[in-house]
Amino acid sequence: MIPDLLFLAFSAGILLGATLVIAARNPMVGVMGMILTFLNAAGLFILFGAEFLGLLTIMVYVGAIAVMFLFVLMTIDIDYIKLKEGFAPYLPAGLLVVALLAAELILAAAHSPAQLTPVVVVGQGPQPQNVVALGQVLFTTYALPFQIAGFILLTAMVGAIVLTHRPRNDVKRQNVTAQVLRKREDAMVLTRPKTGAGATAKHWNPKSVAKKVKA
Amino acid sequence: MFFTLTLTHVLTLSAVLLAMGLAGIVLNRRNIITILMCLELILLSVNINLVGASHFRVDLTGQIFSFFILTVAAAELAIGLAIVTLFFRNKGTVEIDAAGLMKD
Repeated sequence: MIPDLLFLAFSAGILLGATLVIAARNPMVGVMGMILTFLNAAGLFILFGAEFLGLLTIMVYVGAIAVMFLFVLMTIDIDYIKLKEGFAPYLPAGLLVVALLAAELILAAAHSPAQLTPVVVVGQGPQPQNVVALGQVLFTTYALPFQIAGFILLTAMVGAIVLTHRPRNDVKRQNVTAQVLRKREDAMVLTRPKTGAGATAKHWNPKSVAKKVKA
Repeated sequence: MFFTLTLTHVLTLSAVLLAMGLAGIVLNRRNIITILMCLELILLSVNINLVGASHFRVDLTGQIFSFFILTVAAAELAIGLAIVTLFFRNKGTVEIDAAGLMKD
């Protein structure tokens, strides 16, 4: 009874958020709709006994992805209203095609053999916690895909940095190589100018002066 | 009770969400950022599918796959948003129509 109602509530939240994403004039509102969608999806996952995935969804999608979207939206300056032009003319055809697809998918789901699987009541007998059970499978059977997933994330991180990094020439920064390769002779002159001659003295040649000074 | 939760309901929700994501891509086809958000919706519908099946079949495999999809979605989005930023820096817009460099 209560899980069924919760499912309906979460579904309503998900679809409302998705509608916001599609129809929002301001993408900022769209991101908020996306957050709503993902929070409700996390609730759905927890309802289905997948606590770990539910919390992970909140962390990854709301904590990282939505923030990334907001960051990009705030960084770039665009006239979004202009981009929204051309929404109306394609509305009927697009909705028709997509509604057809949805109807087909729903019909297929209703007649799929997955339907025949009896519903097993979860919670009977001692069952390992979701996180424990996931860990036991993830680190043994799926250890290699798990490592590959890590490498995919690493590649994505390096790729994003390489793509967006630009060397800036207008900023002064330390050049370590030049600092280390610098010699005393290039930078400093020890000299004994005659009184009154000063820096305009004839022998203003660092290397020769250095030799002279040494001698 | 007028409504009992079965796998079909979950699959239906997932199908509707997938259709909405596709509709978003078709309708907002000029704005790359909205298209990326709609891609996330589609991936979420896949995740709902997998987790629902995992729940009703009492099999953890669905959750494992959902976990990997989450990983790939995050990686894809990081790269996608980097490309959007780069695109905006070069073209001054995020319009898909501006991405016609091969034509020129």
